[in-house]
Amino acid sequence: MAKRKQTEEIKTPLLDKLEKGPWPSFVTDLKHLAKRKPAVKQLLGQLEQSYETCTDYWLGTVINLDGYGGGVIGRYSELTEKFPEMSRFHTIRILEPSAWVYSTEALRELCDISEKYSAGILQFHGMTGDILMLGSNNEQTFEAGEALMEKGWDLGGSGAAMRTLACCVGPARCEMSCFDTLGLTKYITDTFISELHRPEFPYKYKFKISGCANDCACSMQRSDMPIIGTWRDKIQVDQEEVAKFIDRRGEKSVMNTVISRCPTQCMTLKDRRIEIDDANCVHCMHCINVMHRALAIGKERGATILIGGKRSLKIGDTMSSVLVPFMKMETEEDWRKLTDLVRRIWDFWGEHAMEHERVGEFIDRIGLGTFLEGVGVEPDPQMVKEPRSNPYIKFEEYTRPRMAGEEKKAPSVVDKELDGKETAS
Amino acid sequence: MATKKKMAPRDNGSPDFKKYLHPLMAKNYGKWKYHEILRPGVLMYVAESGDALYTVRVGSPRTMSVDTVRKICKIADKYCQGHLRFTSRSNIEFNLANREDIDPLIQEVHDVLGFPVGGTGPSVSNIIHTQGWLHCNLPGTDAAGAVKALMDVLYEDFVNERLPQRVKISTSCCQINCGGQTDIAINLQHHRLPKINHDKMQNCELPKVVAICPVAAIRPRKVNGKDSLEVIEEKCMYCGACHGQCPSMEIRDAETDTLSIWVGGKSASTRSGPSFMKLATYGLPNNPPRWPEVSEAVCRILDAYKGSAKAYERIGEWIDRIGWKRFFELTGFKFTKYHIDNYRFARTTFNTSSQVRL
Repeated sequence: MAKRKQTEEIKTPLLDKLEKGPWPSFVTDLKHLAKRKPAVKQLLGQLEQSYETCTDYWLGTVINLDGYGGGVIGRYSELTEKFPEMSRFHTIRILEPSAWVYSTEALRELCDISEKYSAGILQFHGMTGDILMLGSNNEQTFEAGEALMEKGWDLGGSGAAMRTLACCVGPARCEMSCFDTLGLTKYITDTFISELHRPEFPYKYKFKISGCANDCACSMQRSDMPIIGTWRDKIQVDQEEVAKFIDRRGEKSVMNTVISRCPTQCMTLKDRRIEIDDANCVHCMHCINVMHRALAIGKERGATILIGGKRSLKIGDTMSSVLVPFMKMETEEDWRKLTDLVRRIWDFWGEHAMEHERVGEFIDRIGLGTFLEGVGVEPDPQMVKEPRSNPYIKFEEYTRPRMAGEEKKAPSVVDKELDGKETAS
Repeated sequence: MATKKKMAPRDNGSPDFKKYLHPLMAKNYGKWKYHEILRPGVLMYVAESGDALYTVRVGSPRTMSVDTVRKICKIADKYCQGHLRFTSRSNIEFNLANREDIDPLIQEVHDVLGFPVGGTGPSVSNIIHTQGWLHCNLPGTDAAGAVKALMDVLYEDFVNERLPQRVKISTSCCQINCGGQTDIAINLQHHRLPKINHDKMQNCELPKVVAICPVAAIRPRKVNGKDSLEVIEEKCMYCGACHGQCPSMEIRDAETDTLSIWVGGKSASTRSGPSFMKLATYGLPNNPPRWPEVSEAVCRILDAYKGSAKAYERIGEWIDRIGWKRFFELTGFKFTKYHIDNYRFARTTFNTSSQVRL
């Protein structure tokens, strides 16, 4: 342990300006902590310097616990001489409980470990979903990691690995959830715990899980595989409650805020009753959100599986698109079908993708049709907004054999495991 | 080096959430019937069994000392049977079995934590953000401080429900955009070629750096007899992909980096479906500690939205209905050639009809 150097008082006039105003100030909080944690005092010193110069002073580095290939975000300060107490200042990513539910006992355990081995700073949560514990040096990082795992916690993902999952509050406290988002999150995490800890993919792979189209887990643009709850029977309508809603808000309001907002115009209001053409409903949730005592999700529930979402770097944003319109999500057997599909995707993507190529970028490069063949999923009109208009098509059936006359070798197509029962049609 | 001790168990997996559920959540798991917002920040969830669970949503700064977390625990012990939850936007949710506890809990949250109650329904929810200068190795600006400054300004829109629909905001310190797609996003933008430290480039895997460039602007070059790279200025779009791969290609530039504001991102498949956000305005100064120019621009967008959107319309849906011409008129932002996409699929963003608003 380096000898503690008594540093002079660190002034933070710019950060002090973030102590005013009604929103809670992390500066005030960290200043209190700095009274007993010299590293935090120096952290504020470095941050103040960043505010002065608009320059960052952290270097990324790699540090791992025995047996793990991720879970620690290593940081070295470039201002080590000025701020020696926090020259090594790493973040430990900790797997969060599904839907971020905690007991105070669990939180106190995290506080105690953070206090003992680290700077005493916690973040709830990182953008991927993990709990973040900031501020341990190399030695402390190993100690904190062991202490966490001794208590049953585990580290989260980083690098070219499956990343920590995140899900909405789901059935724990929401009537709109079409399946057990918390249970599935734990199931996928535990099934693929090795893939989470040991990076072996072309690049990262994220799941986010939402119980309905409201997508509280923000999965569509932020995960490689969104899993979003839906149903394939009818919206449940309680006509008495419809009438009460009309009494409260007026028929015009129902027309303007519910009926006319339906994206497929599948609802009508007649004689104070709502009629729904359920075959044309796309399960967007809007009407249920507005009239949630009169309308409710259907009873035959499952999820839509999508693929390929990510943010800008490097080819620009990709929005997830439909891969499986409907899969049941009730039993562990249903969940296993999903993890089987995931394995097929990882095999195909892992085999053919370029380094640093997210699965959405991979699909853009090779074509969704080729991807479907590679992972053994039948094409379905629900996967596209519209069929192609571009006429340049290479029909394999009509194309001449290749130069040497060898058979065309398409990616191996696995038998369609998702039989008719799992797809919407 | 770490002392060799007995290793703790590996691969423990996801913590067992069932242990952490509030007793009423465990009892009524999957059997909830409906919910109501009692007032901004306070929700009531009613189960088929007739049980009611009251949720008080509280904004947090996300980055918290253990002292603050322990204070939160003390409140949850007193009122919530030792349980609590966080939302995807770093709000704390205190769940209560007794309606009478709502007011005392809010009072205690106010007195002990000083945290605001709100973020429900048609409000501005907590701003999602990442590390910035506090702990990231790539940022051009700060995150937590920018959020604090902006939420001070938007405080009344957090504690009230006075918007047409919910507004989600994010900040990001580079174009990797960890904050993600939201109704309003504030992102830092670079304007200069990466500055290459040719003496240190040998520490990077050069072929990987060449390969990561989305526009093939990087090529090998010997500099002073050493292996290095060069960037073709005409091709480079300052995305910073190379910087993430190799720290010796410094994309950040304190003198010229600016902030841009993007609008209309939406994740939910409700109504019009998910959408990406689009450029609203750019060239705002990176101006710590309070970034006043950003607050001013965000307020302009919110004011226009409040004045002209219909109930339940998210910002992107509102702009779709009124058109971008009206959006630029209402906000006063200038529309320039930089608003017109020139990357992949740009044509899909052009107005390919004779439908114009005159």
